[in-house]
Amino acid sequence: MLTQPLFYVIVIGYAVVTIGPFLWSVFTSFKMTPDINTLWVPLERLTLENYENIVLSDEYPFARWFWNSLLVAVIVTAGNVVFNSMAGYALARIPFPGRKALFLTILAVMMVPGQVILVPMYILLSNFGWINTYAGLTIPFLTQSFGIFLMRQFFLSIPRELEEAGFLDGLSRWGVFWRIVMPLAKPALAAQVIFMFLGNWNSFMWPNLLTTSEEMYTLPVGLNSLYGEYDAFWNHVLAGAMFMTVPMIIVFLIFQRHFIKGLATTGIK
Amino acid sequence: MGYLFTLPVIVSLAVFLIGPIFYAFFLSFQSFTFLNPEGAEFVGLDNYIQMFQDERFRRALLNTSIYSLGVVPVQVSIALMLALIVNSKIKGKTFFRVAYFLPTVTSTVAVSVMFLFLFKKDGLVNHFLALFGIPARSWFDDVTFALPSIMMMAVWSTVGQFMVIYLAGLQDIPDDLYEAAQIDGANRWQQFWHITLPMLKPTTFFIVVMSIIGTFQVFDQMYVISGGDGGPLDATLTVVLYLYNKAFKDFEMGYASAIAFFLFFVILILTLIQRKFFGEEMRM
Repeated sequence: MLTQPLFYVIVIGYAVVTIGPFLWSVFTSFKMTPDINTLWVPLERLTLENYENIVLSDEYPFARWFWNSLLVAVIVTAGNVVFNSMAGYALARIPFPGRKALFLTILAVMMVPGQVILVPMYILLSNFGWINTYAGLTIPFLTQSFGIFLMRQFFLSIPRELEEAGFLDGLSRWGVFWRIVMPLAKPALAAQVIFMFLGNWNSFMWPNLLTTSEEMYTLPVGLNSLYGEYDAFWNHVLAGAMFMTVPMIIVFLIFQRHFIKGLATTGIK
Repeated sequence: MGYLFTLPVIVSLAVFLIGPIFYAFFLSFQSFTFLNPEGAEFVGLDNYIQMFQDERFRRALLNTSIYSLGVVPVQVSIALMLALIVNSKIKGKTFFRVAYFLPTVTSTVAVSVMFLFLFKKDGLVNHFLALFGIPARSWFDDVTFALPSIMMMAVWSTVGQFMVIYLAGLQDIPDDLYEAAQIDGANRWQQFWHITLPMLKPTTFFIVVMSIIGTFQVFDQMYVISGGDGGPLDATLTVVLYLYNKAFKDFEMGYASAIAFFLFFVILILTLIQRKFFGEEMRM
């Protein structure tokens, strides 16, 4: 379609555009403060100090932010994987009165943008006394309509014969679900784990609203406050951003096949 | 048995989603502040009427529309181009796929912080532009350039995800179509125009709608970059940012709920159009 050299200029050029900002930020995060605005500094002027400073800082509980993000993301992901799968399975395979109504409700609420419930959810959670608590950051987010829908579609494709064989072997419905159906759902579960974890790790709007003390901040909320307060210390702030970014990039590089496949399938449905 | 499996979801949906949706609807007809719940009063459609007379809301809506109209076409065209590239027989295909997808993995907050650094007055972008004699400016503090700069950042950070959906679409096109076209003597351009583009029509439609929905809900970037207020001079104020500030800075929660329902209405229409198009997949 294009002449070869021009084609490769575009291909490589855009890769520079996508990778460049990361590399530049990594580079800056190792610079000493006087060098921040210098375009290029020699290797011996780079330092690990910014990382030390940010992790060991007395001014803000950075390590705690990291821990909060991790804890919240793990709990929310686990909840979603278990509960969405159970519900998806029931909607696909267990006949019960009200099943269709429940499914239609789930489809309907998928159309409601999260911002609609911002105000009522805040009022509700403050009535529960859950503002600025782990309960507030996790419990309301343990299930997600889109995940339920996805699991249902997946379970519809599993042959009934496999379940029937399980029943013949004396397994209960619960046993069939955990021992036969769930192991078959590994690809769908992997996609859900990846996207739920990523979504939560990066989530900003809700944690920003629900956390009021520095100790309860998640990493994105902490990072935002850091940038505001320590405007000039870009090397510190970018070192902080690396704690947010690098773990995700590593996870992404390890699972990139599943990542990309997962997104392709979740996106199309 | 079915209830046992669906119980956690039913409880969670009822308490944390459906209940709040109805409560938000109720609030949108109230003059309500969280600080003084007893002072709540029914005001009918006043909040909705106020909305269209509110200059800052109209500004937020205009900004959001500009943002959406600017981001969507650019995003969709770049995504398609990148998908075609990583689907062709180039060397290092996996590397480019990963490279192009990388920004999608990163949080909007980390990306915003990185771009604030890159786009500041003595930042890398200005150093680069100086090579072409373009004067340095503080991009995100500039009334004219703040919104376009965020739009660029949005394209940068989300194109990868649409590229992947296009890639899936491209791989669903049967090879024999291209073989037949080749036999008929169609060149690469003709194949693209007469096979690839028409076969990708449903994918493109899906991506366009998803992109519009996403851009209408933009919040994180604006919040981080403007420090929460949508500045400079409301240049980066969007509908969701305004809603957030009305609710949690000015505590006008009834009014904020009306704005939320306006947003819901916009997104509902878009989703219904999309569902109509993809209706088959949603059937019981």
